[in-house]
Amino acid sequence: MAKVEFTTPELREDRANPQLVEGAMSHSSPYLASADHQKDLGFPGELVDGWQQKAVAKLGELLDKNRALRVYLDACVKCGACTDKCHYYLGTGDPKNMPVARQDLLRSVYRRNFTLMGKIAPGLVGARDLDEELLDDWYKYFHQCSQCRRCSVFCPYGIDTAEISMAARDIMDHIGKGQKYCNEIIGKVHKIGNNLGLPEAALIDTMEGLEEDVEEETGVAVKYPVNQEGADVLLITPSADFFAEPHVDGLIGYGKVFHQAGISWTVSSYASEAANFAMFIGSYEQMHKVALRIRKAALDLGVKRIVFGECGHAWRVAYSFLNTLAGPWDFLDPKYPVPQHILEVTHDLIRRGALELDPSANDDKVVTFHDSCNVARASRMGDMPGGQFEIPRAVIKAAVNRFVDMPEDTICDKTFCCGGGGGLLTDDLLELRVKGALPRMEALQEVVDKHGVTHMAAICAICKSQFTKVMPFYGFDMDMVVSVHQLVGDAIQLGAKE
Amino acid sequence: MSVLTVVYALLFYAATAVLVLGLALKIRQFATTPAPLRIATMPAPMTRGGVVARMAGEVLLFQSLFRSNKWIWILAVLFHAGLALVLLRHLRYFIEPVWFWVVLVQPFGVYAAFAMVAGLAGLWARRVVVDRVRYISNPSDHLMLALLMGIGLSGLAMKFVARTDIIALKAFCLGLVRFDWQPLPADPALLVHLGLVAALMIVFPFSKLLHVPGVFFSPSRNQVDDARERRRVAPWAVALDAQRDS
Ligand code: SF4
Ligand code: SF4
Repeated sequence: MAKVEFTTPELREDRANPQLVEGAMSHSSPYLASADHQKDLGFPGELVDGWQQKAVAKLGELLDKNRALRVYLDACVKCGACTDKCHYYLGTGDPKNMPVARQDLLRSVYRRNFTLMGKIAPGLVGARDLDEELLDDWYKYFHQCSQCRRCSVFCPYGIDTAEISMAARDIMDHIGKGQKYCNEIIGKVHKIGNNLGLPEAALIDTMEGLEEDVEEETGVAVKYPVNQEGADVLLITPSADFFAEPHVDGLIGYGKVFHQAGISWTVSSYASEAANFAMFIGSYEQMHKVALRIRKAALDLGVKRIVFGECGHAWRVAYSFLNTLAGPWDFLDPKYPVPQHILEVTHDLIRRGALELDPSANDDKVVTFHDSCNVARASRMGDMPGGQFEIPRAVIKAAVNRFVDMPEDTICDKTFCCGGGGGLLTDDLLELRVKGALPRMEALQEVVDKHGVTHMAAICAICKSQFTKVMPFYGFDMDMVVSVHQLVGDAIQLGAKE
Repeated sequence: MSVLTVVYALLFYAATAVLVLGLALKIRQFATTPAPLRIATMPAPMTRGGVVARMAGEVLLFQSLFRSNKWIWILAVLFHAGLALVLLRHLRYFIEPVWFWVVLVQPFGVYAAFAMVAGLAGLWARRVVVDRVRYISNPSDHLMLALLMGIGLSGLAMKFVARTDIIALKAFCLGLVRFDWQPLPADPALLVHLGLVAALMIVFPFSKLLHVPGVFFSPSRNQVDDARERRRVAPWAVALDAQRDS
């Protein structure tokens, strides 16, 4: 637990830009990965000798491997359009949380070592040698970026600070300065199959418990299968869905949807995790390794389709990267896109009249929707651009009578991060997480005041965990956060189609 | 042939060589560096044609900037549109006979020069006045504005204060193009103007002016949204697939 005392920011109606306060968050730094956690991923256990040169060499390697990094480091004109777009800047006022200033931490080293001007006139172009002080800033401020890509939406060249943060974290891992939270978790996935380190027996136990609960509540024997060979659908869902609140209510909802639609499904204990934290540390190799577990599970279980549960960055990796990392999927049923999002499945079933939903079951709620950054800005659902905005809303509206959106500049591709994405969902960064949630909390307050919103639905395990943790700091009840499939699960009339 | 003419002629050949070669090398570097993952900022177009439209919106209308910040957008449009017209107006120095549409552009070119200078002044003011932009500015960002401002003002000076002999200037320019050097009028404003332009051409491939080729290579803006349909693996990543399914 972080020992730092801090004050939760005030919710303001005007949502104005904060004053710059230099060093406002310079004390915020996540726990370092231990030597063991580092070595599990093949990274050096501690800061290596000659780390300056090795970091620069690694940067050079990444520049040759990733066009985005090269172009983004070269193209910025310092126009300032992105400076007020980051929730961490808005919540903290720390100038180094302005996206371009964050990029400059890496760009200064790029310029010094890889550009003519940086070599001959470093002072002129803001070029710097990598020294201890700068490395320290890297570690702090590249762990104050949730890689939400909001800045990239507003940059005239699409410069995506997330790519820069990922590269910087990759470099730091390779010189022995990794972050505990992410690296420990990735190690667990390699060893056990999920972020939480939940072994097969416990998983089966949990799912059986869900079956009992649902049957007790509804009188219907809904199945929550594990490792069932020959099932049609392999469900890959964030492991938080197995027991965290409100996540598990979402999982209950997926099961009810599959049940009513008559789709056979299973989870896999080998690939019991949708999350792929390797994206957060910018490691293609690690991300590849984690993704291959899904391929193996799909082959071993002989499924026809792969469906992902509600998770933001997991859906980014699934939608945008999985084909590259672990495809081709020619052994699956070509009738369905690979992978599919559970919301695509549910939406399709609703459209075809295959689900019996009674939205009045949710009449105690006025619901709004939080677009997860990775779903909104790094993926799609359905067959139209923007389906990632339409489909969740359509599903919610089918399950709920009263829905309102938050202000326009805080939703869809302009959505604000929950404040806990990108590998920052750890208690040693609690102050950052609380302050970074400010823009979302202000938007929520507005619809609570104007429309009496009682619940905020989310489709990401990280968003759900983050909100339940930080909302009480702002005076909201943590039970306001619900899974979209909780709403669906509550509205579904299980007896109706039997 | 005066020393001045020789110096400026050589300067312009050198500047052109640096600009063209520098940009070509940079573009080759951008083009040959793989983009290992699909990272378009969504929602993104699902077809190549859609990407062309998105890119046109960015390059011609500064769409993202418009969504981002109206002040920067107005100033950036003033400057860039002004500069574009001014450049077109300057074509008349390099072609003979002057094309019809270049003649048409001439009167607008003068207003454009004012727009350009006004845009620059506004952008510079922001850089000084807005604390966020001041924080991210390096000396080179101010110098770049100074350089462009110097070019604009010296150009306007020749039109409105100390008119230069444009017939002789055109002969000099055509002489450069035809490798048949003609004397350069020795007006101070002109010498300043041409000197700064040459400097701009030389720093172009080594400065943030790389945003010009860069925008076309930005993966977040130029990628088609088709990741589920098309598998692409970067050449350096192919080896990683070797061990799998075994
Ligand atoms: S908006 Fe883009 S070009 Fe402008 S300062 Fe930010 S990163 Fe640089
Ligand atoms: S990616 Fe998100 S968190 Fe990171 S700098 Fe950009 S806006 Fe901020």
